Amino acid sequence: MTEPAWQDAVFAALKRAGVRQVAYVPDAGHSRLIELAHAEPDMRAVVLTTEEEGIALAAGAWLGGERAVLLMQSSGVGNCINMLSLPVNCRMPFLTLVTMRGEWAEFNPWQVPMGSATEGVLRLAGVHVHRAEHASEAAEMVAAGAALAFDSSVPVAVLFAQRLIGAKVFVK
Amino acid sequence: MTRRGMLDRRAAMATLLRDPGGLLVVTGLGSTTYDAGAAGDRAENFYLWGAMGAAAMLGLGLALAQPARRVLAVTGDGEMLMGLSSLATIAAQRPANLAIAVMDNGEYAETGAQASHTTLGTDLAAVAAACGWRATCTVDDEAGLEALRPRLRQEPLFAVIRIAPGEPTRFLPPRDGAYLQHRFRAALGVGP
Repeated sequence: MTEPAWQDAVFAALKRAGVRQVAYVPDAGHSRLIELAHAEPDMRAVVLTTEEEGIALAAGAWLGGERAVLLMQSSGVGNCINMLSLPVNCRMPFLTLVTMRGEWAEFNPWQVPMGSATEGVLRLAGVHVHRAEHASEAAEMVAAGAALAFDSSVPVAVLFAQRLIGAKVFVK
Repeated sequence: MTRRGMLDRRAAMATLLRDPGGLLVVTGLGSTTYDAGAAGDRAENFYLWGAMGAAAMLGLGLALAQPARRVLAVTGDGEMLMGLSSLATIAAQRPANLAIAVMDNGEYAETGAQASHTTLGTDLAAVAAACGWRATCTVDDEAGLEALRPRLRQEPLFAVIRIAPGEPTRFLPPRDGAYLQHRFRAALGVGP
């Protein structure tokens, strides 16, 4: 399967931003980034059991002088709400890349409630949100999001629209 | 698992953190934050006052970022239970420089001493072992605690310390998160 070049460009943006710890809950939309992170000697890829673990990991990384990113799906944002008080309260950078579900030709109705609430939940929790609709803007948005997070010490989420990723095909 | 611990919790923390040297310490929401502060506030202590369930994973991120330093995450049974699955995540990474100590009083002391799952049947050391932690132990007396202290500074160890229920007079360390993180990073020399 040929992966879109935009995901490689996003990975390059993370590398340029100095990200060293890549926490993720396995996700098809992030599979290329996950693969690249595991193959990159300067990065540590950390598979999580649940998304909020990644927020605590990122806080620990920052305390120790490293930068981290959390890769997750929109459903995982719901698991993170209270843990977001950690970077907000400690005025720490936090960067997460979120693949959207439940918004574009979604087959699985169970993805719709959290997908619909994702952006609002993040904003209410104090997270700055960028949203990439097109492949051409994804890497630039990640670079800008990383700069905002790490230079201005705020939590930032970059959402990748489901239209950009492609709706999951259930019956092949 | 209904037998209660006998160790005094504040004295036990003071033993664990005696002569800390360069030990990097992360504490969990509640009693371990108070008791670590009472043992001697220092820049290399990072106290969680919220984000329940975060202590162990915060320890992992820190341990990966600072492989030449020793990291000790010390938290309570309730806080560990909320982040229980992080024991699997951490075991999968096998950080050589991280130890976790759980002060287990079998209850949620902070909220009115309701029984916790460790009173109701959960054995945290067995959970850690089942998640892949190679070294685990449970300590319930002074001699065991003294023997544990150096191990927590040398090994990737998961330890349960069985402490007595009850609340000593509260000691409140700093709770401003931004202050704590800037102080911690400055002590590590990783910039403002």
